[in-house]
Amino acid sequence: MIVHEKQDNPDTANRLDGMKQGVLGTAMSRIDGLAKVTGTALYAAEYSADNCAEGVLATATITRGVVNAIDKKAALALPGVIAVIDDPRLTTRAAQGTADEAPQQDPARVCYWGQPIALVVAETFEQARHAAKHLVVDYGEEVDAPVDPEAVKPEEQTEETVSQGDLDAAMSAAAHAVDVTFTTKGHASAAMEPHAAIASWNGDDLTVHASLQMLNYNITELADALGIPEQRIRLIARYVGGGFGSKLGISEEVVAAAIAAQEIGRPVRVVMTRQHVFQAIMRRSESTQRLRLCVDAAGKLTGFGHHALVSNLPGEEFAEPVLQSSHFLYAGANRELKLELARIHRMTAGSVRAPGEAVGMPALECAMDMLAEAAGIDPVKLRLMNIPEKDPEKGLPFSSHTLADCLTQAAKAFGWDHGLRKPRQTRKGEWWIGTGMASAARVHNVMEAKARVTLKADGTAVVETDMTDIGTGTYTIAAQIVGEMLGLAPDRVLVDLGDSRHPRGPGSGGSWGAPSIGSALYVACKAIREELAKRLDIDEPDLALRNGATSSGTQLTELLRGEDLARVGHYEPGAISEDFTASGFGAFFAQVRVNAFTGETRVDRMLGAFGFGRVLNRKTARSQCLGGITWSIGTALTEALEFDPRDGHLVNGDLAEYHVPVNRDVPDLDVILVEERDAAASPIQAKGIGELGMCGGAAAIGNAIYNASGARVLDFPMTPDRVIAAMPD
Amino acid sequence: MTRSISVNGAAHPLPNDPRVSLLDFLRDGLRLTGTKKGCDHGQCGACTVIVNGIRINSCLTLAAMHEDDEVTTIEGLGTPDAPSPLQQAFLEHDGFQCGYCTPGQICSATALLDEIASNWPSDASGDLVGTLTLSDEEIRERMSGNLCRCGAYANIVAAIRDVAEQRT
Repeated sequence: MIVHEKQDNPDTANRLDGMKQGVLGTAMSRIDGLAKVTGTALYAAEYSADNCAEGVLATATITRGVVNAIDKKAALALPGVIAVIDDPRLTTRAAQGTADEAPQQDPARVCYWGQPIALVVAETFEQARHAAKHLVVDYGEEVDAPVDPEAVKPEEQTEETVSQGDLDAAMSAAAHAVDVTFTTKGHASAAMEPHAAIASWNGDDLTVHASLQMLNYNITELADALGIPEQRIRLIARYVGGGFGSKLGISEEVVAAAIAAQEIGRPVRVVMTRQHVFQAIMRRSESTQRLRLCVDAAGKLTGFGHHALVSNLPGEEFAEPVLQSSHFLYAGANRELKLELARIHRMTAGSVRAPGEAVGMPALECAMDMLAEAAGIDPVKLRLMNIPEKDPEKGLPFSSHTLADCLTQAAKAFGWDHGLRKPRQTRKGEWWIGTGMASAARVHNVMEAKARVTLKADGTAVVETDMTDIGTGTYTIAAQIVGEMLGLAPDRVLVDLGDSRHPRGPGSGGSWGAPSIGSALYVACKAIREELAKRLDIDEPDLALRNGATSSGTQLTELLRGEDLARVGHYEPGAISEDFTASGFGAFFAQVRVNAFTGETRVDRMLGAFGFGRVLNRKTARSQCLGGITWSIGTALTEALEFDPRDGHLVNGDLAEYHVPVNRDVPDLDVILVEERDAAASPIQAKGIGELGMCGGAAAIGNAIYNASGARVLDFPMTPDRVIAAMPD
Repeated sequence: MTRSISVNGAAHPLPNDPRVSLLDFLRDGLRLTGTKKGCDHGQCGACTVIVNGIRINSCLTLAAMHEDDEVTTIEGLGTPDAPSPLQQAFLEHDGFQCGYCTPGQICSATALLDEIASNWPSDASGDLVGTLTLSDEEIRERMSGNLCRCGAYANIVAAIRDVAEQRT
């Protein structure tokens, strides 16, 4: 039985707070944790398939043009080689998140250097890898493909454009103003598990083990790419070794494995190399951002301008939504916001953790620091006095607002000095020492989701949904929500995720996973509770369940009368999505030291406070925040995709040359969870936390670099060469 | 005569193809998939195993080079029914999220504790000779060859610190 609930109004009942099991929100260890720490959790490439062949992708060495012909003779003559696949259904890019249709196909059409053009299949990985180097490709190259985002006329993303009042006049009339341009480099998701797929056919039925974030969309994308009904496809992704946006859409190796397996009549495994993942999946676009901010003599924002230029390939709809939180974070009656997209032939740009705010917030929050200095106001105070009462553009109320609480609590815990700030005040040996802060914001989304909950006759429960756990903790919070609602210890709840045979969840992405799937589970459990209450002849709210029994001592097993009780919860956000501006908020504080001679920056301590509705698990939520802060450190100091200016190819496409933070780059981090109940966020009053932890943190570090050393760096990442160049003599 | 390698105490014949890395041999030849392939170039540490007591990146060495060597993988350190102290500490401190780098982290941490006990200095050690004590900075330095993109470093350090303190 499917139970549908569309949420048009805030849910202030807070039903979960009235439940008796007492497991939701606790710091329970992950229920999938033992499998992960003992190496017994199976990821996509690790399943057994009888008689499985191995495929290795071959990629283009031109930027734009056509593949006239591939001479396969030399490759096919090598030992073990079975086939060279260049079927026109092969996909040449990963699908964008929630695309729900096949991405670009036809591998004979090349749009970026490193694009997959064929798959070589052999008995062993070593044979396929070797043979892929022996394809002789005849290209018809189209020269002079544009690869520089600053050198083409960009397309305005008009749905992002805002023009309210007169910003130029406000800037001229203001007591204090900043007009400053920042740049950010591209980023890679760099999830630790490379993209991988094992495809096998049984007649017309296809089963694929893959590493994907959103099976609910991926199955449609794969069906569309192959030209078969999605009912013929089963996708499985029980463990996913990180996503960060890179596995939102169906990727090239999945389609290639499926086509190859069909063609050779055997299962085929395709695992991307790390270099393939870097160049053929997604980059976060670089950005150029002009910030114009002005205040009156009291420090109230009178003008707010944010203009960003990003890039993508021709034909891609995605434009890094840099302005996403700028639309509502701060007041300012005179507003100019504009996003522009340059069409160039670098690899595909798409979602990388916290698309938009990941680079928009660092630029905005550095500009706010400069404004605070210009106005002679404490930067914490400047932010506190410019929190708007309602959305400054749409006029909507906020679903909840924790920015002030986060700023205040974090400043206190960090020991922030609210006095007048001057750079270059503390020196220890070679090192300048200083502090900085920034606000955090990340829009809240909640999506349609379905999940089946079965209360078994033996008093245990089973959760079934195609929702994934990409390290976010879905397995664990599902057990906690169901345990809380049905009065079961979490170890009595079996959670079965990542199988497209199950009801469709929301997918993991956009920080909407937990609130959306959690709401579907809540709806299913509430329906089960109603049936149980009916059997007891009481009202559902009066049903108190704990450890498998009612408060009056009736065992669940007794109520079930030897039969399972199953409900599919179908949650759908209704008018709440239109009636409120909803966001997670937070604050970052950092202390850094900057080497006076080399410009090297080390983060010595960092703290974040975050408000994101109900906390479902204190341990995994804190870990999400820690991860976000770690990404903030990478954004601030090291992470940069570098492209060859001649042909646009990615030159640092591996983990030696693209510098993600390592253990020694990260100090002890403090996290404050500013718990609240956001009734308009979801019926479980929760928002997501997968991305908020990196939305602005890089600015806290950038501002601390300035406070420490006097170097105001306007280009991310703030590498030693840039810091030393900006440092006063 | 068959050339063999010992993995988690059991002898196995080495593969015939000399191109097979130790990592691919463990994962595909022996189906010991706990050892992970993250980069295949010695850049991420996900494939860390312990060979004759020393931790190495198994992607950077060929299986054929390990005749008679004793290899310990994550499966040899503990099981879901009997996890090692480090495996248990990683679980309790949430020293992972997606879990993909985790076996490599735990193999590294296991060998790290032996390195400290043997007074092997690192960049974070104050002195090249003498008795080492395990500071947090020493842990961070020695774990910096194991990337964790989920960003669990702070919890990883806490887990290792916890086990090290239990030992002393």
